[in-house]
Amino acid sequence: MLELLKDTKIDFIGFRKKAFILSACLVVLGVIAFIMVSLGKANLSVDFTGGTALRIQFTNKIAIGDLRKALVAGGIEDVQVQELSGVGEFFIKTKVSDTASQKVGEKVASILSSQFPGTKFQVLESNMVGPGIGKELKNYAILAVCLALLGIIGYIWWRFTFISGIAATIATFHDVVAILGVFYLMNKELNLLIITALLTVAGYSLQDTVVVFDRIRENAAKMKSKDDFGVVINRSINEVLSRTIVTGISTLLALGAIMVLGGDVLFDFAFALFIGLIVGTYSSIFVASPLVYMWRQKKL
Amino acid sequence: MLKSLKIRFVLIGLFLLISVVFLAPNFVDLKGVWKRYLPSDKISLGLDLRGGMHLLLALDTDKMMGQLLDRKFDSLKQSMMLEGVRFLALDKKANSILVTVRADQKEKLNNLLAKQFPEMKVTETKAEGDLISVDLTILEKGLAEIKENAVRQALETIRNRIDQFGVSEPEIRQQGENRILVQLPGVKDPARALELIGRTAQLEFKLVDEDNMARVTSGSVPEGSEILTMKVRNRETGVESTSQILLKKQTLLTGELLTDARMRFGGDIGGETYVALEFNSEGARIFDRVTGENVGKRIAIVLDNTVYSAPVVRERISGGKASITGGFTVDEAKDLAIVLRAGALPAPVNVIYQVTIGPTLGQDSINKGIQATVLGGLLVIIFMVVYYRMSGVIANFALFLNLIYLLGAFSALRATMTLPGIAGIALTIGMGVDSNVLIFERIREELRLGKTVRAAVDGGYAKAWVAIFDSHITTLITACVLFGFGTGPIKGFAITLIIGMIINLFTAVFGSKAIFDWILQKYKPRTLSI
Repeated sequence: MLELLKDTKIDFIGFRKKAFILSACLVVLGVIAFIMVSLGKANLSVDFTGGTALRIQFTNKIAIGDLRKALVAGGIEDVQVQELSGVGEFFIKTKVSDTASQKVGEKVASILSSQFPGTKFQVLESNMVGPGIGKELKNYAILAVCLALLGIIGYIWWRFTFISGIAATIATFHDVVAILGVFYLMNKELNLLIITALLTVAGYSLQDTVVVFDRIRENAAKMKSKDDFGVVINRSINEVLSRTIVTGISTLLALGAIMVLGGDVLFDFAFALFIGLIVGTYSSIFVASPLVYMWRQKKL
Repeated sequence: MLKSLKIRFVLIGLFLLISVVFLAPNFVDLKGVWKRYLPSDKISLGLDLRGGMHLLLALDTDKMMGQLLDRKFDSLKQSMMLEGVRFLALDKKANSILVTVRADQKEKLNNLLAKQFPEMKVTETKAEGDLISVDLTILEKGLAEIKENAVRQALETIRNRIDQFGVSEPEIRQQGENRILVQLPGVKDPARALELIGRTAQLEFKLVDEDNMARVTSGSVPEGSEILTMKVRNRETGVESTSQILLKKQTLLTGELLTDARMRFGGDIGGETYVALEFNSEGARIFDRVTGENVGKRIAIVLDNTVYSAPVVRERISGGKASITGGFTVDEAKDLAIVLRAGALPAPVNVIYQVTIGPTLGQDSINKGIQATVLGGLLVIIFMVVYYRMSGVIANFALFLNLIYLLGAFSALRATMTLPGIAGIALTIGMGVDSNVLIFERIREELRLGKTVRAAVDGGYAKAWVAIFDSHITTLITACVLFGFGTGPIKGFAITLIIGMIINLFTAVFGSKAIFDWILQKYKPRTLSI
């Protein structure tokens, strides 16, 4: 039998104060990011802000500065340009969207062909979102996240206890917000795909929490009246630890492959899941379980 | 026990067979009898994988309502004059028409409204001494019906245009109240397709107001006339020049009466590409009368409020044939003919969401996605065998079942495979691995307690089941919410996850247990390779 861990006896509950400090930092960072997102100051995709995003590939090499200058001179003032890889691919983003009289994509194309006559280019991808629809998509995304969380609290409340539901939700919220914070710090773009990733992480984190709670529920049922609840929680976490590690490794293997080979479209998605995997595992052990413990202590 | 084992394997095999039947068309071309009785749908790839254009159009119904009110205003004015209703004032407001009459005309006005304008209703009547002013709006029920019809007509028109343009497997459907979703997979020239779909294509013939042409520059337009832009393009240089032209507002003839429109070359127009129009008998009659009445004058051909040409009528034109010139390229003339044939949109459409993905990027995404998935899958498979030995092999078999079932379900449901969909498959596989890890760790615990192999396996499955079930349900809740509120790509992710969770509960628990039981029964091992 190949085992990575043998009969551990780690005092997880004892770490709770240090863990709470770390979690508080993560949450504060995340909340700042969330406020920035609400204010529209974070790096949001055109899905949420409205506007136009183009992915263009040039046959010849072009300096990013020249490209930006040409676009600004051509009348697209509010423009972000990002170089994607060494193959002459650029990502151009502006908050301007199409109107009946003018298509932004066409305007960019005409600027490029007049400013860079020596090189040919190809629009690989274009994305235009009207200003109204961006707001609509943002509201839908927020509504979806809230509804999913509510549904989950309800379910865990029913299957476990009310306080478990609350603790699991706090832990899940903690994870989602932490990823938001990391993405904000790294100035990575938040788009619909990343929202999907956030919800996936919420699902993963919950799954992890449910596994731990399930074991606590099972052990608590066998608990003698003199046993300390903290001991039961510690024993439960230690018992599921090898499952946590093994699942973590296999998930990491799959995610790692996507991050390395999946191309830049999937990279951010896999990266969000990667952070989520780490934070989600951490939070079931160091956030959700101690919360239930502290609640019990106060009551007893 | 053996009997139930048989039933279990029959069930697993049956599902496998169904999945393979649904999957088969993706790999082999079915022929003859097979083709008739077996499903032949392939898994369709989403736009992000094969390239194409995704459009969300909003029908500008406000503008349409404005135009409708304009028309009602004009016909009310005419009717009142015809029927001898003397009115003091007639005003157009944002959403209503205000008529002011003396008290003695009230009854006549009411009669006229009841008889000729049943779709209008009086929202407010104000009396000031002898003066009575009546506020008229279009009935709400009528409005809703008009809007509904407009969206349906727009849908039909756009479908016609796309069919004639030639895109394989387009998807065109209504979304919400006044929106139309258009998906054009693999479209090669997105800009041209957009131009074709988005154009209102309202063709009108109007008389040029020669008498007042001088007033174009001063800007004081006489009542009943309007200034429009005229576009002239030089055929050789392609340079476009615009000028202002004054036209009588009244429309002589519209594109509604067309029976045909075709791209043509040359002939008497001298080598130029043009669009030849053919009217139906009513259109031909009107055209005959209009040209007869206006010999020597200019008639402007107006398309979406832009004047393309304003030729002088040399003689009465019978037979209902006309042509539009404007220095078109071959493609432009072809597209113009298509939109005229397919008919005008009832109102202008605005593109509110557009995603275009080039075919190369799509292919690139597929390759990378597949490579990543294959590598990730292989790593997980190897890891499971290294860590759990024989039991790992069983887990991998369950994963394989899961994948086949999932793809089979995809085929059967005619779901569309998107990039997030592939991510959803990866996540499902991840959940499948986790389920088996949970079970195996439990079995190991039971073995450590000194239980027999049989008891350990049964106990492990029984105890792990609760956690597996709960975690699948919570993920299922998330996926359902995503499906309900997500758009496009997110929906693809959600549906994969929903199908995946259900299948995984079956394969990871039921499927792998059947194999364990079979091995335990057949070989009765004393130790377990786990």
